[in-house]
Amino acid sequence: MIALALTFAIGCFAVALLLNLWRLITAPTMTDRLLAVDTMVVNVIALIVLYGIKTASGINFEAALLFAFTGFVSTVAFAKYLLRGSIIE
Amino acid sequence: MIRKIFPHPYLSLTLGILWLLLVNKLAVGSLVMATILAIAIPHISAAYWPARPRLVRPFALLGYIGIVVYDVIVSSIAVAKIILFMPPAQIKSAFITVPIDLPSPEAITLLAGTITMTPGTLTVDIADDGRSLLIHSLHAPDEGAIRDEIKSRYEARLKRIFA
Amino acid sequence: MIGAGLDILIAALLVLGGIFGLIGSYGLLRLKGAMQRLHAPTKASTVGLGAVLIASAIGAGSWQEVLVTLFIFLTAPLTALYLAKTLIHSHVSPADVPPAANGAKWAAQPPIAQKD
Repeated sequence: MIALALTFAIGCFAVALLLNLWRLITAPTMTDRLLAVDTMVVNVIALIVLYGIKTASGINFEAALLFAFTGFVSTVAFAKYLLRGSIIE
Repeated sequence: MIRKIFPHPYLSLTLGILWLLLVNKLAVGSLVMATILAIAIPHISAAYWPARPRLVRPFALLGYIGIVVYDVIVSSIAVAKIILFMPPAQIKSAFITVPIDLPSPEAITLLAGTITMTPGTLTVDIADDGRSLLIHSLHAPDEGAIRDEIKSRYEARLKRIFA
Repeated sequence: MIGAGLDILIAALLVLGGIFGLIGSYGLLRLKGAMQRLHAPTKASTVGLGAVLIASAIGAGSWQEVLVTLFIFLTAPLTALYLAKTLIHSHVSPADVPPAANGAKWAAQPPIAQKD
């Protein structure tokens, strides 16, 4: 039963990733592009964790944590660039 | 004496717990390392914490977190319903001004974060005098009700936690 | 018996997480207003990821996933706040925004445009 649910969840997040990619290409504004990339990061973290459950290994945790860190920092840095024209003031 | 070793007790507690979560096993070695970090980091970074938030009722914070977690689940279901079933022309979004009178910056930060994670609302901006928040509501048939709910459900509780 | 109940709980969390993640990304495409689109990923996607992480924590019996969950739930409001600030700075006209109390100004709003 878990295997079935796991496949379903992986499929859902993969489709979500494709939708994000479509949004990234057709985004009307720069902020929408940034939002699409941020959502992609969230979905990729979910895929990493799901892969970790599937292979029953604990190594994927570090990858998920690092991805969360870099995703957050890069989104905020780019938003700050859009807002102020520079990142480190 | 204890104040001298732990100048910032809540920060020390958080750092210790974070370290234990990071190494993911409860052994004597990791407990020692957690204690060293919990003592050293607040001392090294003390210069960057000039004003410390005063928690009057730290245990009321646990009840507050419980309420917020419940609201996050309820709100995501409500947002999902709007996304899936409501025709885009019927969604009435609105900006709402919420006047706040919370004492400390930490309390305002917590309130802003809570508003973002709960039913259909998003913190957008703060006034430059720090006494009102601009929030955006995904579907707001009644703006006054949303304002009242934020003030009574979250702000009143935060006011009791932070003096 | 307990093992079977745990399996059902993990499977339900995984399915819920997948559905919420999909809804969050779908809302990004479906909603019309620029401000409305901010709502979908901040709530639905975050809760979806949270459900998956909790399922993983229960399944593997480890506490590390709690750390990622905490981090995601603490940073999601900050990301949303920054994105909303960029929107209100450049894509929302000041006339659409209600005034602050006591005659104060909003922090991210652009100053009145000056002619060069």
